[in-house]
Amino acid sequence: MIVVDHLTKQFGATRAVDRVSFHVDRGEIIGLLGPNGSGKTTIMRILTGFFPPTSGAATVAGLDVTRDALALREQIGYLPESAALYPDMRVRAFLAFCAEVRRIRGDAARRRVAKVMEDCGLVDVGDRLIGKLSKGYRQRVGLAQALVHEPAVLILDEPTVGLDPRQIIEIRALIAALRGRTTVLLSTHILPEVSTTCDRVVIIDRGHIVAEDSAAALGRRVSGSERTLITVDGPSASVCAAVGAVPGVERVELKNGSGDGPASLIAYSATADGSVRKAIAAVVVQHGWGLLEVRPLSLSLEDLFVRLVNEEGTTPAP
Amino acid sequence: MSFLALFRKELRSYFVSPLFYVVAAVFFCLCGFFFYTRLIFFVEYGFGINILGNFWLAFLAGAPYSISMVLLLVMPLLTMRLFAEEKKLGTIELLLTYPLRDRTIVGAKYAACAAVLLVLLLGTLGYAVYLNALQPLPWTPLVSGFLGLLFLGLSFIACGLFISALTENQVVAAIGTLGILLLFWVLTWNEAATGPQAMRVLAQVSMFDHFETFVRGVIDVRDVLYFVFFISFFNFLTLRALESRTWRGR
Repeated sequence: MIVVDHLTKQFGATRAVDRVSFHVDRGEIIGLLGPNGSGKTTIMRILTGFFPPTSGAATVAGLDVTRDALALREQIGYLPESAALYPDMRVRAFLAFCAEVRRIRGDAARRRVAKVMEDCGLVDVGDRLIGKLSKGYRQRVGLAQALVHEPAVLILDEPTVGLDPRQIIEIRALIAALRGRTTVLLSTHILPEVSTTCDRVVIIDRGHIVAEDSAAALGRRVSGSERTLITVDGPSASVCAAVGAVPGVERVELKNGSGDGPASLIAYSATADGSVRKAIAAVVVQHGWGLLEVRPLSLSLEDLFVRLVNEEGTTPAP
Repeated sequence: MSFLALFRKELRSYFVSPLFYVVAAVFFCLCGFFFYTRLIFFVEYGFGINILGNFWLAFLAGAPYSISMVLLLVMPLLTMRLFAEEKKLGTIELLLTYPLRDRTIVGAKYAACAAVLLVLLLGTLGYAVYLNALQPLPWTPLVSGFLGLLFLGLSFIACGLFISALTENQVVAAIGTLGILLLFWVLTWNEAATGPQAMRVLAQVSMFDHFETFVRGVIDVRDVLYFVFFISFFNFLTLRALESRTWRGR
């Protein structure tokens, strides 16, 4: 459904997107994951026909982003970053406008507007000014305008940024409900987001693809090693030494504990199962220190990047 | 179809914003002030000579002049938001990723502002209608003058739309437009500073000189062509400015 082939976008001296290639199958939900400024928005703007690439090609639903930009935009629903909308329009009027611009008229337009308002939970705010809505509602209006013409492809730029946890769950459920019918490309810089919503993940850093894999496989790859946070009521130096000596622990890093109070440290281990945690707990108890906390730390996006970029450096990308 | 949708949206956004009402109020107040003072002036000093025969010359000819000046001041305020606001809000990205041609977008914005201009100009006709009730007026020269005003206003919009497409700051758009329009306006005002050769060229470019012919009750093809060219030229620039997103930064 989406084919991106050696896409490059140059802004002056900076290369925002550098020879990026990936594809998305029909009905798939794919996540573009990367830190801010990694080129996600640029890729999306190219795919929506906003501007053409410097070189390379991309097609959406078989339509070239440069040559068939107009026909291509008919097929796409796009939610720009931070859901830019007209603040002085009312929700229903705005959605009707979107339908009309998409050449949906009369009864069909009314039906579609009613449908997306229901799907996106906007029925109660139909007559409110968009500018007066909360961020979560505005995001939903943005999603509704992208869905009003039943697009084949939905492109969402950071759909959950700035929302509270409940709103995030709602938006994710909305997107998940489209699975199989609509091809969805969404961008995010939040790691758990992709694992919960996306079938596949493309990870970008500074305009390059760092990894492309299914969310599950990526999870396995990432959890190849683990960090464990341990907080112990005991002398920090001896705690460090003792934990460091536990089989399976590769390295120990002291977080605090220079003075009084419990020592807090991070143990790095190669395996991800609970065996190391069990062993650490046993050692601490053996020494008669008070064990306050033992828990695995999930890998942050930064860690993931460091890991993947390093991987990239040593082995050729798959 | 999509043009109409866009046109309606643009027009709507004028009439829901307080800016339009403030601008309209200022416009009508100033035009009314000029109307009143000119009328008083005529009544005070026009006696003795053939009042009604002189009426056109002394009073009506002046009306489009004063309206044109007020128009010059208020039009940049009506054009400044057209693209600058969309850029500021980020909605331009929405608009440019809808299946709309750039020229549809520019056309709809232009037409909406032109409709607002029409409302303002028709409003000023109220003064003439009022006078007409007291004493029938010679309407034909007045029509010519208002045609001149219409061309003038449409040119202001074309220029303002272009400047608005260059910036996301509405104040910058308004000031920039006012500056350019004022320059086109006063180009031939100082004859001492320009040689006769340069003056001939400047008179061709100057907006005021072309407008003046209309006010005198003469509709000259050359003047019409001047305004048509001015409007097309700036609309062309607007389209290029909008298109610049496709080649800028290569």
